[in-house]
Amino acid sequence: MDNIAGKRSSLTWIVHITVAALVALWLFPTVGLFVSSFRTGDQISASGWWRALGASEQTLTFRTAAPDTQVEEGGFYVVEGNLFEGGDPLDLRAWGVSSREVDAFRTGDTAELRKGGTLTLSPDGGYRMENTEPFSGKRGQRVFVSAVVPPEFTLENYNNLLFKAGQGEGMGEAFINTLTVTIPATIIPILVAAFAAYALAWMEFPGRALLIAIIVGLLVVPLQLALIPLLKLHLGIGIGKGYLGVWLAHTGFGMPLAIYLLRNYMAGLPRDLIENARVDGASEFQIFTKLILPLSFPALASFAIFQFLWTWNDLLVAKVFLIDSTGQTTVMTARIVEMLGTRGGNWEILATAAFVSIAVPLAVFFAMQRYLVRGLLAGSVK
Amino acid sequence: MNPVILGLITIVTGVAGCIGYFFLSNLILDAVLPARGPNAGRNINRANLIRPWLFLLPAMAALGLYLAYPVIETLRLSLMDRVQGGGYVWAGFDNYSQMLSEAKFWEAMRNNLLWLIVVPAASTALGLLVAQLTDRIAWGNIAKSLIFMPMAISFVGASVIWKLVYDARPEGADQIGVLNAIYVWMSGDGPQTWLTLPFWNNFFLMVVLIWIQTGFAMVILSAALRGIPEETVEAAIVDGANPFQIFFRIKVPQIKNTILVVWTTITITVLKVFDIVFAMTNGQWETQVLANYMYDKMFRANDWGVGSAAAMVIMLLVTPILVWNVRNARREMR
Repeated sequence: MDNIAGKRSSLTWIVHITVAALVALWLFPTVGLFVSSFRTGDQISASGWWRALGASEQTLTFRTAAPDTQVEEGGFYVVEGNLFEGGDPLDLRAWGVSSREVDAFRTGDTAELRKGGTLTLSPDGGYRMENTEPFSGKRGQRVFVSAVVPPEFTLENYNNLLFKAGQGEGMGEAFINTLTVTIPATIIPILVAAFAAYALAWMEFPGRALLIAIIVGLLVVPLQLALIPLLKLHLGIGIGKGYLGVWLAHTGFGMPLAIYLLRNYMAGLPRDLIENARVDGASEFQIFTKLILPLSFPALASFAIFQFLWTWNDLLVAKVFLIDSTGQTTVMTARIVEMLGTRGGNWEILATAAFVSIAVPLAVFFAMQRYLVRGLLAGSVK
Repeated sequence: MNPVILGLITIVTGVAGCIGYFFLSNLILDAVLPARGPNAGRNINRANLIRPWLFLLPAMAALGLYLAYPVIETLRLSLMDRVQGGGYVWAGFDNYSQMLSEAKFWEAMRNNLLWLIVVPAASTALGLLVAQLTDRIAWGNIAKSLIFMPMAISFVGASVIWKLVYDARPEGADQIGVLNAIYVWMSGDGPQTWLTLPFWNNFFLMVVLIWIQTGFAMVILSAALRGIPEETVEAAIVDGANPFQIFFRIKVPQIKNTILVVWTTITITVLKVFDIVFAMTNGQWETQVLANYMYDKMFRANDWGVGSAAAMVIMLLVTPILVWNVRNARREMR
C-alpha cells in the first residue's frame, strides 16, 4: 500500500528487523526451557542453556580408583588408571585436587596430595598416584578437571519423569488425571450450549433479548466468586471434591462463552435456509440436528479449542473442586506448582514436567490455530 | 473406580443424557400438543411458546447454579461469619472493615492497580505494533503465529519458563538465568534475585502476562486493521502523509472501538490473575494481588467471610466493564 505513491518505503528493512527481534524475544524464554529439559541437572546448573548449543568449558569432578587397587612398585605404592574410563575422552584444559583450586595444574603436572603422596595427570586422562606409604581410606582421590565438553542432550529426564515408577513425581498419573478432567469438560458444555444458542438465535420468544444481555454479563463474572458457594454446595449435596464436581464446574464456567460464540455464529446463518426447512415441515429438533449443527462446525471447533486449552491449563478450579487431601487426583498444573516449592532448584525436573504439560496444548494450538483465531474474533464483545 | 473409566462413562452418560433429554422433551411436547387435528393452530402456537425453554433449560440451569447464584451467595457470605461447629451468624460489615484494616489487602489493591495500568496498556500497544508490522511482510503469518503461541501455554507453564529467565546463582558462578547473565555481563555487578526486589518484582510478574496476552491483542487488532477501507489510506498517501501519520491519524482512529474491546478484555483477565502470582512468589515480597489474597483467605486462613468480601471487591471492579459490555451488546442487536 505504501508504494502506491511511487516511493517504496525505506522502512521495510527496519520492519523486518523489528519483527525478527520481537519474534526472537517471544520465543527465547520457551526455547530456554525446552533446551533445558534435554540437559542433565549438572549441565543446567553449570552453564546457561544458550551455551549448551555449542561446546563449553566445564568443571567436572572425577575420582581415582580406590586405594585397595594399589600395587607396590620398587618401594612406592602406586594407583594407576584413567579418569575417563568407560566414557568418552575429553579435551582437558586444567585440573586440581582441591575444590578451592580446581584449576591449579596443567596436564602433565604433578600435584602434592594433602594426605601425602603425589598425583600426575596426563592429557589423555591417565593418572598415576605414588606414595612411599600405602594409600589409606575407602574411596579414591577426587580430581577436578576443566574440560571442553561437546554439546550433549539426553532424553533421560523424560524417561525418568514419565516412565519410571516412584521417580516421576507423579507426573505420569497427573497427565492421565488432566486428560480425565479435560475431555468430558470439553464435550458436555458444547452440546448443552448448542441447543441454547439455537433457541436464542432462531426462536422467537419473550425475554430473548434480556437473556442474551444476561449471558453477555455473565461472560465477565470472575469465577473467584463461585468458589466458596459452589464448594459449599458440592460438599452439601454429597459430590464433595472429585471429578464429577470439577466437570460440573467447568461446564458451568464455560457456558456463557459457549452460548455467546455459538449464538453469534448461528445468527449469521442464512435466514432462507431455516425458513425453507420450516415451510417444508421440519421440526425444530430436526432443523437443529440436521441443519444447524453441521453448519456450525467451525464455531463448535472454536469453542472446543478454547474450552480444551482452558481446562487443560486450569489450576484454580482443579485446586478447589478436584484435589482432595489424598492428592490422588492431582493435575499437572498443581503438581508443577508443588514442585516449584519443593524442587525449586532442580531445573531438569521442572523443565521436563512443564514441557510435558505444555506439549499437548501446543500441538492443539498449531494444528487448529485457524479455528482459535476465528473463535477469538467472534468471542470478543464488539 | 479407575478415573479414566469413570471419565468415559461420564462422557457417554453426559452426551446420551443431553441428546435423550432434548429428543424426549421435544417428542413429548409434540405428543401433548400435536400440530394437527381440531386444535392444530392453537397447539402450534402454544408449542412454539414452550419449545425455546426446553432448548434453554439445561444451559440456564448451569448458568444459574454456577454463575448467577454464587454472586448472590458470595454477597451473603461476605456479610456473615462462620461459627465453630457449623452455622453462620450475621456479621454486617465486620468482614469488610477487617479486610480494610489489613496491610496485605492494601498491598494487593496497590499491586492490582499497577497490573491494571501496565498489563492492558503494554499488551495492547505491543499487539498493535506487531499487527501493523507483520501486515506488510511476507513471513508475517509465521511471525504472528509464534507471538500468538504463548496463548496456548498455561499460566503455570509460563511461570516455570520465566522463573528460569529470572533465576539467580551465587555471585561468581555461571548465571543460568538469561536476565542475570545479561545484567552481570553489562553492569559488572553481582546477580540480582529479581523476584524478591520489592516493587520492581511486580513488573517482572507482569511481563509474564504481557508475554501471553500480546498475541491475543495482536490477533484481534490485526483483523481490525485489515478491515480498514483502503480508500482512506490511499487518500492519505496521495495527500502526502508519512507512514507514521497514516498509522496514528488514519488507522488508529478507525479501530478505536476494537482497541477498547481488547483493552477491557485484558483488564478482566488481569483482575482474575491468580496462577502467575501463586506459582512464582505466592504473594511474598510485596507481590500480593486480590485474587491470590482471596485464595489465601479462603483456603489457607479458612476465613470464608473475608475471602468472600475480597471476591466482592473483584466483582465490584469488574462491574463497570460488565455494564459497558451489556450496553454494547444490546446496541449491536438492535
